[in-house]
Amino acid sequence: MAEVTTKPSSSQPKGLPFRIRLEPRLEEPPSWFPALISLAAIVVALVFGGIVIFFSGGDPLRSYAHIAEASFGSIGVLSDTIVKATPILFTSLACVIAFRMKLWNIGAEGQFIMGAWGASLVVLWPILPAEASQWIFIPMMMLGGMLAGAIWGFIPGYLKAKLRVNEIISSLMMNYIAVAWVNFWIFAVWSEGGFQMTPKFPDNAWLPRLLDYAKSIPLLRGLTTHLGLLIGIVAAVILWFIIYRSRWGYEIRLIGDNPRAAQYAGINITRNTVLVLMVSGALAGLGGMSEVTGMVHRLQTSPIAAGYGFTGIIVAWLSKLNPLVAIVVSILFGALILAGREIQPSGIPKMIQGIILVCLIASDFLLRYRIRVVRNEEA
Amino acid sequence: MDLIIILQAGVATGTVLLFATIGELFAERSGVMNLGVEGMMLIGAMSGFSVAVKTGNPWLGLLVAMLAAGLISQIHAFIAITLQADQVVSGLALTFLGTGISLVLGEGLSKAGTISLLPRFSIPLLSQIPVIGPILFTDHSVLVYIGYLLIPLTWYYINRTRPGMHLRAIGEYPAAADSLGINVNRLRYFYVFVGGLLAGLAGATISLAVAPGWFSELTTAGQGWIAVGLVIFAQWDPIRAAFGSYAFGALRRLILDIQGPTMLFGFANPFYYNPYWGFFLQMLPYAFTIIVLVIGSREAMRKRLGAPAALGNPYIRGERGL
Amino acid sequence: MSEQPNAATLSSPNAPVVVEMRNIVKRFPGVLANDHVDFDLRRGEVHALLGENGAGKSTLMNVLAGLYRQESGIILVNGKQVHFSSPSDAIHSGIGMVHQHFMLVPTQSVTENILLGLNKPRYLMRLPDYDKIIQDLGERFGLKVDPRAKIWQLSVGEQQRVELLKMLYRGAEVLIMDEPTAVLAPTEIDSLFNTLRSMLREGKSVIFISHKLQEVMAIADRVTVLSKGKVTAAGIPTQQTSRQELARLMVGRDVVFQIDKKPQEPGEVVLSVEDVYADNDKGLPALQGVSFEVRAGEIVGLAGVAGNGQSELAQVVAGMRLCNQGCVKLNGEVICNKSALYGIQRGLAYIPEDRTLVGSAPNLSVTDNVIMKAYRKKPIAQGWMIDMGTARHFAQDLKDAYEIIVPNVETPVRLLSGGNLQRVILAREISGKPALMIAVQPTRGLDVGAIEGVHHLLLAQRDAGAAILLISEELEELLGMSDRTLVMYEGRIMGEVRETDLETIGLMMTGTPLDQIQGREGVKNG
Repeated sequence: MAEVTTKPSSSQPKGLPFRIRLEPRLEEPPSWFPALISLAAIVVALVFGGIVIFFSGGDPLRSYAHIAEASFGSIGVLSDTIVKATPILFTSLACVIAFRMKLWNIGAEGQFIMGAWGASLVVLWPILPAEASQWIFIPMMMLGGMLAGAIWGFIPGYLKAKLRVNEIISSLMMNYIAVAWVNFWIFAVWSEGGFQMTPKFPDNAWLPRLLDYAKSIPLLRGLTTHLGLLIGIVAAVILWFIIYRSRWGYEIRLIGDNPRAAQYAGINITRNTVLVLMVSGALAGLGGMSEVTGMVHRLQTSPIAAGYGFTGIIVAWLSKLNPLVAIVVSILFGALILAGREIQPSGIPKMIQGIILVCLIASDFLLRYRIRVVRNEEA
Repeated sequence: MDLIIILQAGVATGTVLLFATIGELFAERSGVMNLGVEGMMLIGAMSGFSVAVKTGNPWLGLLVAMLAAGLISQIHAFIAITLQADQVVSGLALTFLGTGISLVLGEGLSKAGTISLLPRFSIPLLSQIPVIGPILFTDHSVLVYIGYLLIPLTWYYINRTRPGMHLRAIGEYPAAADSLGINVNRLRYFYVFVGGLLAGLAGATISLAVAPGWFSELTTAGQGWIAVGLVIFAQWDPIRAAFGSYAFGALRRLILDIQGPTMLFGFANPFYYNPYWGFFLQMLPYAFTIIVLVIGSREAMRKRLGAPAALGNPYIRGERGL
Repeated sequence: MSEQPNAATLSSPNAPVVVEMRNIVKRFPGVLANDHVDFDLRRGEVHALLGENGAGKSTLMNVLAGLYRQESGIILVNGKQVHFSSPSDAIHSGIGMVHQHFMLVPTQSVTENILLGLNKPRYLMRLPDYDKIIQDLGERFGLKVDPRAKIWQLSVGEQQRVELLKMLYRGAEVLIMDEPTAVLAPTEIDSLFNTLRSMLREGKSVIFISHKLQEVMAIADRVTVLSKGKVTAAGIPTQQTSRQELARLMVGRDVVFQIDKKPQEPGEVVLSVEDVYADNDKGLPALQGVSFEVRAGEIVGLAGVAGNGQSELAQVVAGMRLCNQGCVKLNGEVICNKSALYGIQRGLAYIPEDRTLVGSAPNLSVTDNVIMKAYRKKPIAQGWMIDMGTARHFAQDLKDAYEIIVPNVETPVRLLSGGNLQRVILAREISGKPALMIAVQPTRGLDVGAIEGVHHLLLAQRDAGAAILLISEELEELLGMSDRTLVMYEGRIMGEVRETDLETIGLMMTGTPLDQIQGREGVKNG
């Protein structure tokens, strides 16, 4: 199977005594190699980011130091970092399962938003009275969020499965539609007096937070980390088992690697396309529920439609589609976003995310090819 | 609500989509999918506006916009063509990158002031033609007229010239082109660059002509993505791309203007009296894009033609077939 | 295919040498494809390059045609040394190659394909003018084809003509043809040979790459044999050698043309194909009323030139293609137009034509690939989960049993050689103890050792009572392995033969049904 031409780089200037050759690797690189490469990619990305910051008049080192301090400097900010990381964890899990099947769910953002709406529906319609116990509210809101997200994932999934519609564009369009939909409900139906936000949720409709227990454990005062983190971690673990140890996960991985082989193995690709995108949507929707009931406590567009869906894509890719790694990487990005609040210019975190993704993708190349410098010989 | 005025404004808005769509059309026909159009448009919009403000010269801004976007596009080209990474993710990364960089470098730009716009004019005889005169040839930015010229030029280039034939070949069956001495990858770099130039042009069209100014991500509001969808609807044909672009442009204007008047076609305007229904109107362009995609995909399935066969696959010499 | 002596060759030992390759070395990662190879070509001759799959013939010619660059060694054209850095350099020197897989753009016309890559016309394309030129060129060399037709509309033989015209239009004096007869029916092969002869008359020279001994003896003036990258016979005049000798030079030992097969009585009908109609990917009819049976413990071979419906038939039986009419039954149960899974669950094993594109998942491990059919059942499946420990043991056992050479069972399958990959696939399919096996081109691209291994495995299954449908382009393999042979042409079964009568089979492969041949029996001379 090793019949690939080693074509000398055509852009080599003539006269150099060597040329650079790209050879496909014949064996798997050692298992620490991918992690090293990812790390190197991040470092390179930070360097590039620093250059851009410099050109826009900022101080790169101070900016980065600020980010580190603002995210991990004390237990208070660590808690804030985790809070910011929680929604990202959900959206990255959504992307992990979809990307495993090479379904490019760019609609995690919209599914997240719809999840927030679905959870809000339970509270604001209202489907449950305000006095209902917290332990009834929480599962119902989770259900509402997951259902709404699943529907939002179903649409591009169905279109792709039955009509071969490109899921990237269709899921992305659903993002914009979701924003308009939620805005309508906020302004026209639920807000009092046309404000940009709905009234606050009743106490029983909040996810419990660490600071709720500050009375018994003073250390927990002011920590807004909420149950959503736990839900997210549980979801990540379940997803890990599904992907690596279940029959369905095997089918998903097979479809993602070679759909024709999957077909030949008797796996139904159409059904799985719809199913996976629904599950992906449900995961993102669960994240929306977690954010709206754990952090914001009202339905409001700007904190909900904050780009978590897009960050999730990068986190998923950086985690090499491994749900457990995603937990760690989400925290990293939570730090970025948190610090981004205070950093000038405010577009920096987004830009760094973009650069990281670019460097990551470029570095994947090194996993499959080796670079060798070869002396030029006379033919 | 004057339909003529709406259509006239729609042509201008549609020109933005036209440039972006045709740019992506070139890239995709060469076999490279570039999903970074939105990012490139933002870079174009920001740099064009920024240069126009600083130098007072909108033409310079236009040039810089095109070059900046073209330059950025080469990152994707390198990753997709030389490193042979997955083109979907690479394009997405480019969008994030372009969005991010334009936000950072464009900080504070929204308050930078106004610029002198590119020349607007009407075309003497043609603007007198009833109905289409006022819509197509009256009081438009020069960019709109450039757009008109671009359509037949693109069609002619692709279908009737030798370089165009090579373009079609490298997108359909690069191995054949390679075996006859055509440098497939170099040409693909070139056409991705063309796509970048045109995306930058599209962005500059917004910030220098249609909706002057810089409004962060709202400047483009997803039009780059709509352009990608339009390429599929257009079945990779420039004429259909033009049709789709202008139709969408008109739709966007319609949505904006339909909420204003108290009376609509003789009836009470529901959008005036229920302003929140405007949110549903906002959904329309995006919902229509999905519909357009469905139409495009069904036709492809029916005609068994469709995308350039090598679209999305890096070309490696020595592999069988594609 | 007729075996005519080479009456029309203009070449004599005194003809000038047009191409000379000296000491060519070409390496790929992990393999030395050309090991100090010498080769020369005289004007007006057909020089065959003979060798098995993987012997290095295509590589050598790719070097000559400018696609690859050699590590060391020189090339001389008409006595002058040349350096090719691309195919266009080679074409400038008059060397053109017609590849096994045609390099034609399907959606463009013949003329456009011929003009591709040239500098004229500069910008505007005035196609009608060029249509005329191409037409005239075609007539001059006996290569009739409609210049305005799009490539996808042409038959394989016509596409090959376009490739030749492409080279001739560019003024090629030396034509390299890589396995040109692989996709042609016997009459088309005759037509090709006639074309080659008319080109020789015009002063062209031809290099003919092949692994088919009969054709080499029929058309070539001289033959060079490559084996494992080395030259084992350089430029022998074909008049002075024999098929046996060439075979020995190809392989290094006397090739056994007979396969050891125990005669046995077939059992019950396992596969029943009844009057099946189906379309191909382009929507054109591929199967037009196919009917036959395969019994337990027998191998039924399906012969025919590629593209006559064999692939589609395999896909219909495996449940990967719909049939419009008719029905397929496995042990009495209808399986056509049901899912692929349906057949798999009823004991159907399918070895697909394309190992990498269909039969395996390149980035998944050997274990993952090997459980592709078994993962739904105990002991690998445990309810919804997969017991990876059991799966790995399973893979380990198969690795030993089938001698799959791989560092460990977690290695991604894309790193395996063709032969090993085929072993993985066979291990997977056979371990399911199938009632019916469909094997399509199971030995394509494998070296002799691997081919023998595959044959043994298939025969072992047959002896164990499986019903096997074998589809292959290698007539020798087919006739040696099969208990019965059917011949397919244009979506219909032309007839069945039990004896290894190459001529009858050849006639059926080109459209003459068996009863017509038998009717003419008295008139022919054998």
